[in-house]
Amino acid sequence: MDFLPDVGLATLGAQLMVGLSRAMILFIITAGMSLILGVLKIPNAAHGSLYMIGAFLAYTVAVFFSGVAGFWLALIIAPLGVALLCLVIERGLLRHLYEREHLMLLVFTFALMLALDDLVKLTWGVEYKSVSVPAIFSGSFSLFGLPFPRYNLFLLVVGVLVGVGLWLLINRTKIGKISRAAAVDREMVDAIGINVSWVIAVVFVIGGWLAGLGGALIAPTVNISLGMGHSILIEAFLIVTIGGLGNMWGALLGSLIFGLTHCFGVLFLPQFAIVFPYIAVVIVLIIRPTGLLRPTAW
Amino acid sequence: MFKGVINLKSAWWQIALLVILLILPFIAPTFYVYILALVCVTALLAMSLNLVLGYGGMFQFHHGVFYGVGAYTVALMLTRTSLPVWVGFVAGPIVAAALGLLMGWLCVRLTRIYYGMLQLSLGSLVWAIVFRWYDFTGGDDGIHGIPVPGVLSSLNGSYYFALIIAAICLVVMYLIVKSPFGSTLQAIRDNPGRCAAVGVNVRRHQLIALVIATFFAGVAGVLFVTVEGSVFPDLLFWTLSLEVLIMCLLGGWFTFMGPVLGAAIVVLLRTFVGIYTEYWALILGVILLLVVMFLPQGVLGYFQERFKRGSKAATKETGA
Repeated sequence: MDFLPDVGLATLGAQLMVGLSRAMILFIITAGMSLILGVLKIPNAAHGSLYMIGAFLAYTVAVFFSGVAGFWLALIIAPLGVALLCLVIERGLLRHLYEREHLMLLVFTFALMLALDDLVKLTWGVEYKSVSVPAIFSGSFSLFGLPFPRYNLFLLVVGVLVGVGLWLLINRTKIGKISRAAAVDREMVDAIGINVSWVIAVVFVIGGWLAGLGGALIAPTVNISLGMGHSILIEAFLIVTIGGLGNMWGALLGSLIFGLTHCFGVLFLPQFAIVFPYIAVVIVLIIRPTGLLRPTAW
Repeated sequence: MFKGVINLKSAWWQIALLVILLILPFIAPTFYVYILALVCVTALLAMSLNLVLGYGGMFQFHHGVFYGVGAYTVALMLTRTSLPVWVGFVAGPIVAAALGLLMGWLCVRLTRIYYGMLQLSLGSLVWAIVFRWYDFTGGDDGIHGIPVPGVLSSLNGSYYFALIIAAICLVVMYLIVKSPFGSTLQAIRDNPGRCAAVGVNVRRHQLIALVIATFFAGVAGVLFVTVEGSVFPDLLFWTLSLEVLIMCLLGGWFTFMGPVLGAAIVVLLRTFVGIYTEYWALILGVILLLVVMFLPQGVLGYFQERFKRGSKAATKETGA
C-alpha cells in the first residue's frame, strides 16, 4: 500500500469526526425522505428543493433578526416554514393522487421540484447567500492535536438528538404507531376508524420539517445556492435504498457509509473522492439488493 | 401483406410529419432548424428509453449515461485519434451498448425500484468519473469545438443527418416492438412470473432489450455531437435522465410515439418559453402537475383512449 499518502492516526481520527458530522446532516435529510417513502410510498424528488428552501429561509430569518438570536430563530423558524409549505402541498395537491402509479407520483414530485426551484429563484435571486455562525460555534478546538470545527460538533449533537426524537416519535407515540400501521396496510387502518388521510399529512409534514432542518443546519457551512438541492437529492435516494426503503435506521446506516467513504476518499484520492460513496452503494446493492436493513412493506 | 396495409394506413401522419420536417429547412429560419435538430436527437433518446421503460416495464432511472457515453466516445475519437470519422460514429453506439451490457448484467437480477436505484448509483459512478477525470474527459469543462467532418458541420447538414438517422432508428424500433421479441418483452412487463413459468428467460430478454435501448441512446449521443459540436458532463447527470423519463411519461409511455411528443413538448417549451422568461421550469412544472392530475396516461395516451372510445361508439351506432 505504498501508493497511499502517509496518514497519521490523528488525521484519520479528525477525518472520522468530519465524516460523522457530514453523515449526521445526511441522516436528518434522509430520515425525512425515508419516512415519506415508507408511509406514503412516494420517492420524493422535491426533497432536495425543500432542503434548499430550508437553507434560504434560514438565511432570511438570520438576516432579519441578525446576531446570535437570528441563528437560533433561523433553526426554529426555517424548518417550520418548510413544514407549513408541505402541509399546503399535501392538502392541496398530493392527497388527490395517492391511488396513482408510483412512476406518476415520481413525475408529480419532479414537477414540484421544478416549480419550487424556480420559485426560490424568483424569491431569493441567483446570488450566493451565506449565514454566519454565532461566536460559540465559530473557530475550532484541538482534537487529536488537529483543529476540529466546533460547528461540526454541534451538528453531531443535533443529529443524535433528532435520531432519538424520531425513535420516540415512531415507537412511543400514538401517531407513530398509526403511521407504522399505515405503512403496512393503509386500508385496514382506515377500516378500523382512524383518519389515515391526516396521519399521512402529518408524516409528510414531518418529512418536510426534517428536510428544512437539514437545510437550516447546513446553511452556515456552505454557500447557499440554487443547485444545492440537486446533489443532495441523489445522495438521499441512494442512502435510503442501501439502508432499506423506508427504514429509519437504514437511513442512519446509509448516511454513515456515505459520509465516511467520502471523507476517507478525500484523504486518499482527492480528485476522485466523490466516486467512493457510489462504489460503496454499488457494492451494497449487489450483495444485498433490498438494502442492509429490512425495508418496510413495499 | 395484411400487416403492410395496416402499417401504411396507420402511419400516414408519421409520414406526413417526416415530409414536413424534410422541407422545413427551406422555409424556416436557422434557429428553428437548430431547435428541430435538438428535438430529433432528444426524441430518439426518449424513444430508446421507452423501449425498456414502457415496453419492458423496467425502471430505467439513468438512461442519460448511455447517451453521454455515446457522445463522449465520438468526441474523444474525433479529438484524440486520427481514425476515420465513421469509426467514431460507429464506436459511439457500440461503446454505449457495451456499457449497457455490463450495467445490465448487474442490474437485471433486481426488479423495479431496486433495479432503478442500482442503475442510478452505477450511472452516477460513471458521471463522477467523467466529471473528475480532467486529463481524459476534460472534467467539468467538457470538450468543445469537436471537428465534425465536411457536410455535417453545416446546420442543415447536421439537421438532415439527425432527422434521417432518427427516423430510421424509429422504424427499426417499431419493427423490434412488433416482433415476437417485442411481444415477449411486453408479456414480461405485464406478468414476469407467468412468463418465467412458461419457459421464457426473463432476465435474458430484459438484458437484450437494455442493450438495444442503450445502443439507440448511443446513436442519439452521436447525433448530439454532430448538432452541438461539444460534450459536457451534464449529459450524464441524473437530472437529464429524469427529464427524459418525464418526457416518456408526459407523452404517454404505453404508446409508441408518445415519447417523441413528450420530447418535443419539453424541448420546445424550454426554448420558446425560455425566450420570454427565465422561469420556464416553473411553467413546465405547472404543466406537468396538470398532466399528472388530469391525464394519467400521458398526452398521447389520453387522445388514443378518446379516439378508441369515439370509434367504438361510432361502430355501435352504425351497427344498430
